[in-house]
Amino acid sequence: MQSYRKTEITVGVFVFLGIMAMAWMAIKLGQVGGLGSSGYHVSATFEDAGGLRAGADVMLAGVSIGRVASVQLKGQEEALLQLEIQQGVKLTTDAIAAVRTKGIIGERYVRISQGADDETIEDHGEIEETESAINIEDLVSKYIFSSSE
Amino acid sequence: MNKTNTSQNTFIIFFGYLGRCFLRAIESIGDAAVLSATSLAHLFHRPWQGKHIVLQLYALGVGSFVIIAITGAFTGMVLALQGYYTLAKFGSESLLGSGVALSIIRELGPVLGAFMMVGRAGSSITAEIGIMRVTEQLDALQMMAVNPKARVILPRIIAMIIALPLLVSMFDMIGLGAGYIVGVELLGVNGGAFVGEMIAKVTPMDLYAGWVKALGFGILIGIICTYMGYRATPTTEGVAKATTQAVVAGSVGVLVLDYILTSFFL
Amino acid sequence: MIHTEQLSRHFDDVIALNNTDIHIKAQQTTVIMGGSGSGKTTLLRLLAGLECPTSGHIWYGDDDLNGMSQKRLYQLRARMGMLFQYSALLNSLNVYDNVAFPLVEHTKLDNSVIHTMVTMKLEQVGLRGFENLMPSQLSGGMAKRVAFARALAMDPEVVFFDEPTSGLDPISAGVIASLIGNITKHTKMTSIVVTHDVHAGLEIADHVILLWQGKVIAEGTSDVIRNCDDARVQQFIEGRPDGPIPFSRSETSYIEDLLHKPGTVRIS
Repeated sequence: MQSYRKTEITVGVFVFLGIMAMAWMAIKLGQVGGLGSSGYHVSATFEDAGGLRAGADVMLAGVSIGRVASVQLKGQEEALLQLEIQQGVKLTTDAIAAVRTKGIIGERYVRISQGADDETIEDHGEIEETESAINIEDLVSKYIFSSSE
Repeated sequence: MNKTNTSQNTFIIFFGYLGRCFLRAIESIGDAAVLSATSLAHLFHRPWQGKHIVLQLYALGVGSFVIIAITGAFTGMVLALQGYYTLAKFGSESLLGSGVALSIIRELGPVLGAFMMVGRAGSSITAEIGIMRVTEQLDALQMMAVNPKARVILPRIIAMIIALPLLVSMFDMIGLGAGYIVGVELLGVNGGAFVGEMIAKVTPMDLYAGWVKALGFGILIGIICTYMGYRATPTTEGVAKATTQAVVAGSVGVLVLDYILTSFFL
Repeated sequence: MIHTEQLSRHFDDVIALNNTDIHIKAQQTTVIMGGSGSGKTTLLRLLAGLECPTSGHIWYGDDDLNGMSQKRLYQLRARMGMLFQYSALLNSLNVYDNVAFPLVEHTKLDNSVIHTMVTMKLEQVGLRGFENLMPSQLSGGMAKRVAFARALAMDPEVVFFDEPTSGLDPISAGVIASLIGNITKHTKMTSIVVTHDVHAGLEIADHVILLWQGKVIAEGTSDVIRNCDDARVQQFIEGRPDGPIPFSRSETSYIEDLLHKPGTVRIS
């Protein structure tokens, strides 16, 4: 019986460690169940979301301040993004949201530049000024055009 | 005339063989399903097998920890090394963290963990039950009015189902840690970028995918290995064959199930 | 007490038992004898409910084993014990825990009571003091005696013995045989022994059943069997190689086959 007691304790430690590993991954990596997602939502409309996906970073001055919660089509021609911004980060009403790329093949992200307004955007507010993704093909063709003229 | 006859015969033999194999496979799957279902039904009947589930958790789960830890560590390390080599060509070493994390959590943790469990724990389940069959221990349990399905099969399947997701989570953690050490300490990737990318790119869905896979593999391995042992031909040769078959069927089963589950989680 | 009715068991096309009717009386030692393949082990497994008959019935008093619910069967088995040919001790448990196993499973007795009972049973088979050995450390004879103690643990009404003396040296075999005889007499249990050990079998039997090709060919006390006129019975108990029970099991004569198969043997 003594040895069974020992087995029981070892199994207890094993199960505890396993659950701790699961919990750590869930909280730290997955940000499951609201533990990591305390923030407020703002929306932004883009002409071209440039392949942005849910989960992409939202950055202000090069610092990650949230992530893209969803990407949807708005009407029949524009992209509507829901952004989840960390609590405590205040965006001015005239802030500019732009879809940008990290590195040359890197991921798309949303870059936000603060404006000069005193008022800030509330939860479920909207960033009105947006810049669409820069399309490298467009740039290249524009360059070719202009040089041939 | 003679020639067409032989070729016809060859066809008949070939299709006969194919048909027989197919029917036998279907029969075994049905048999295994019935065996495990009737065994698992005892979970809700007295006597409660808690003590035996704990003992099996010790033998299968705790006993496999070291091999899982070693596999996890080397998987993380090699992924970091390979990933760095590839990503450095595009100048995007900063993505290393997410690459390592996604590969381990979604795919390699569950699959390699399951392989290790088939090889270490699954084969021992089959051999143990097979030997109990050969030495009439299963009959002895019957004669002592202890149901071998409840006492022998049930605790092993349950322990496998509980242990695998836990072991896979440990595999993931250790793999990520080892990947971090190789990527950041040895190869000089920025530590913040490594962790930041990892956190940014891993979504809850990726974690669920990994855990659901681990759970599915646990159920599959538990059923296959107990079935092979229980239905082993009661000779030493039969047990040896059953053990080999359990490892082969378990590994192939894991890969097939992996494809199916992955297609659900994309 | 136990009797079978038209009991048959077929394995594919091999007939192990063929419409056998046997009667086993309570509180006696019944020995079932026969050569290898005579269906005696199958009969024992059927009586113990470890296998299902192809047809026929096994009656325990008024209960039919055929079609009995598992619950009822387990209730019945709580009053049965069985000594297996290869002992079938549980590998993972030591001698003490093996003998205590049925008591721990089926009674709510205090540990100290179980300890006393296990010690008594081990004393009965002469193995007190070996409690902490594992089955792998025991000799064949000792393992059998431990298995015997385990079979007796619940003070069963019926005990089945599958080849209790096979694979043992003459002394160990004699010890086991006399244990079966003595304990049956003293505890008033019913013993059913399957063996091909004629000497030990006739020694301990109150009643002997001789099987050949799935049929009962002789029945009675040891003396009746010894004095039986049936040539097959005489051949069996004397162990003669030639007689009505053929040594070779092939259906046709090999020499005939050689002569008639074209191209095998040429006689010039």
